[in-house]
Amino acid sequence: MTPTLTLFLIISAALFSIGLLAALSRRHAIFILIGIEMMLAAANLNFIAFWRFAPQPQAPTGVMVAIFSIAIAAAEAAIGLALVISVYRHYRTTNVEKLDQLKG
Amino acid sequence: MSTAAFIVIAILMLAGALAAATLSKLIHAALCLVIAFIGIAALFFLLGAEFVGLVQIFVYVGAVAVLIVFTILLTRHAEEPTSGFNWSGVLVAVAVFAGLIWVILQTPSLSAPAPVIEALTVKRIGEVLMTDYIWPLQCVGLLLTAALVGGLILVMEEKR
Amino acid sequence: MTSWILAHLWLIPAAPLAMSLLILGLAGSRPRTGSALAIIGQVVALGLAVVAFVPTLETPGFRTFQNFTWFTFGEQALRIGWVLDPLAAAMLVMITFVGLWIFVFSTGYMAGDKNFSRFFAYLSFFSAAMLGVVIANSLLLLFVCWELVGLASYLLIGFWIHKPSAAAATKKAFITTRIGDIGLFLGILWLYGGSGTLLFYDGGNGCLEKTGLLALGASASFIALLIFSGAAGKSGQFPLHVWLPDAMEGPTPVSALIHAATMVAAGVFLVARMYPLFSFGALDGVTPSLTVVVWIGVVTALMGALIAVAQADIKRILAYSTISQLGLMMVSLGVGGVAAGIMHLLAHGFFKALLFLGSGSVIHGCHHEQDIRKMGGLRRIMPVTFLAYAIGMMALSGVPLLFSGAWTKEEILHATAHWPRSPVPYYLMMAGVVLTALYMTRQMICVFFGKPREAAERAHESPSVMTIPLIVLAVCTIALSAVLTPAWPWLHSYLTGEPAQFDLGRLIQPMLFVSLALVAAGIGLGILFYRNAGRDDPLARSQPLLFRFLENKMWLDELYAKTVIAWSAMFSKLSDWMDRHIWDGLARTIGGAGQLIGIVSANFDERGINAGVDESAAGTRGLGRLIAARHSGRIQTYMGVIAVGMLALLVLYAWLT
Repeated sequence: MTPTLTLFLIISAALFSIGLLAALSRRHAIFILIGIEMMLAAANLNFIAFWRFAPQPQAPTGVMVAIFSIAIAAAEAAIGLALVISVYRHYRTTNVEKLDQLKG
Repeated sequence: MSTAAFIVIAILMLAGALAAATLSKLIHAALCLVIAFIGIAALFFLLGAEFVGLVQIFVYVGAVAVLIVFTILLTRHAEEPTSGFNWSGVLVAVAVFAGLIWVILQTPSLSAPAPVIEALTVKRIGEVLMTDYIWPLQCVGLLLTAALVGGLILVMEEKR
Repeated sequence: MTSWILAHLWLIPAAPLAMSLLILGLAGSRPRTGSALAIIGQVVALGLAVVAFVPTLETPGFRTFQNFTWFTFGEQALRIGWVLDPLAAAMLVMITFVGLWIFVFSTGYMAGDKNFSRFFAYLSFFSAAMLGVVIANSLLLLFVCWELVGLASYLLIGFWIHKPSAAAATKKAFITTRIGDIGLFLGILWLYGGSGTLLFYDGGNGCLEKTGLLALGASASFIALLIFSGAAGKSGQFPLHVWLPDAMEGPTPVSALIHAATMVAAGVFLVARMYPLFSFGALDGVTPSLTVVVWIGVVTALMGALIAVAQADIKRILAYSTISQLGLMMVSLGVGGVAAGIMHLLAHGFFKALLFLGSGSVIHGCHHEQDIRKMGGLRRIMPVTFLAYAIGMMALSGVPLLFSGAWTKEEILHATAHWPRSPVPYYLMMAGVVLTALYMTRQMICVFFGKPREAAERAHESPSVMTIPLIVLAVCTIALSAVLTPAWPWLHSYLTGEPAQFDLGRLIQPMLFVSLALVAAGIGLGILFYRNAGRDDPLARSQPLLFRFLENKMWLDELYAKTVIAWSAMFSKLSDWMDRHIWDGLARTIGGAGQLIGIVSANFDERGINAGVDESAAGTRGLGRLIAARHSGRIQTYMGVIAVGMLALLVLYAWLT
């Protein structure tokens, strides 16, 4: 027996949920970024899996999207971490619960 | 594609991810995240996308993880503890997971075996990148440059 | 090389223009860069002008043009182009060369001005516009550049805009030349209507060529007169000369540029360019339009020379002398001596630039004092300036043999003497020559000789960046006479296309003695009159009434203020009254009706609609408060809400499929 698409999707759903968990429940800003990276990785996994299991996998669209998605994720991580550093410099905290100046 | 390898890799990867999401010490979490990323790269290899797997390792393990570690070091003097948990978030995450699983299992025709394909060579990827995907490639290049400049500006010392 | 420059003649004005824009864009706060860029642009233009000059030497009567379609509307195509002939080539070289030395002089004169680089941007722009006028092969293109010259002069005369007198002068210059330009514009329209083309030369179809002129017929004279009104405005011909002396409010290099190389030359150049139109249908070399040109020129020349005798401002004297010399050129063009007029224009470009830069040097040396009654004795203090100025003065007065101005002036007299219509211009021109020598002698004596008076005591010689242009221009003034003499009338033959022979025997001609006598009379009278002149003017003592008449510029400004300006003010007051009482009443009646409707609908609005709107606004505000309270400002709450929303969408999607 070889793993089916369903299995890959379930794994990726699990990874996505773990990422969401990190992003939603941890108070430290860096955990939110870690969670977002995990969610993006899960999405990439989905792209690759769908490409591999598609009937005619000759056009490597899934792979291409995954590559671009990784590039964008790298940019996102760089900016996100730079934001964390500059927020830390300004407020002397990385606890997102204390960063609530936008409250209505 | 061997099932045994898949199961081992998947379990390792999910364990690493769970640890990265829940460990209270940030630096440990970052290291576990590396394990999870390597696991994902291995899954990519398993799926026949070797190039993406390598990129995954280079970018995530080589660059993003290092960036995260640096950020942790730069902000480690935060006085409050890095632990702290928001249980309502856990609830939402579990609900989303349940919803996703339900939808996946509901969808028929996902259990077809993987077709046999030629290996996707780096040459082919390069050709496709330089022909069909040349504009996205340029845009991503621009985006990365902008991110580089933006990141620098954000972390520059503020002049007072 | 030859064909290349002919195809790219537009590069000549483009170089200074590009530099002007570059300076405005880049060198706002870097004065050295600004002046360097301007000078580079001018050097490039000079180089290209010389390259363009070479092919015109090879064949007599050389003329080449390049036309292209600017745009088409309907059936009509508007075509513009550029032309290269001896007239244009000589003007190009003169403008770029004289302009270059004026630029160099300016770096010294304007040093320390806070808008230094802007000044150079304007100078470059001025030069570019004038070069455009010269190479234009279409009256339309010429008119565009013509107006750009006007704009540039406006910017430069009013460069020290913080001085109220400069602001008034620049406005006056702009409006006065605009009066002439209205005539020019009407002339252009008429010309286009009559001949169907505005190209000067177009392989036999241009408006200055046979078919075009024949299509115009009798209207050619009127068109020529309308065009002359534009030229009169730019070249300061009576009665539109009043702006020129006031233009002295600009920095002195600007005066030099306006009076020598660019602006005023444009008018004379225009008449010379359009000469086939002016002389169309000539009988014995006389047409009605050319007769008008002659008489206007005569009046201008004499009036300028007379007023110059009684002025005290060093630059004003030169300004009136320019007016007088321009009148002389116009006379020359009018009596048929086109080549003589243009030669005088070229020679005048050199020595008038020399005189203006010299006066600039004097003013600079005397700490911005311009009153010659306060100078004196500068000969010893500023020897270089003195020598250069003396050469310029002798060229302007027409001292024979060595100085370029003398030969051209002599040739103009020669041409005037043979005018069949009337001998009066000839005698009046001779009087003008005497007067020119007289007022220049007066100026020399007052500025450079005698005892130093208050402004001269603290004077100093100018730096070399200012004296070198003086020396260069002085040398050119003398050197130019080599190609002007009747013994070897090279420039004359170059302009007319007739071959020139070298014949030393013709150097001495009767006219030479006539002009020698005239100049000697002028200078002698001047020395006799003004040898002891100092603070007070001998003429003012002996003929106070005449002196006051001349000193006040024949009260022409006052006359204009009492007549033209007063009439136009009256007319505007009348219009204002009409507006207020007649048109306004009409408008008010209509407005009142509108108001009535407005009041009715406003009532309806307030009672009926507003109440409803107010209610809903209050509701929205309350809802907003309610929602705002839900905004915790915490990012994780928002993310959770997004996740829940995504889950809901997912479930909905699965439900539906």
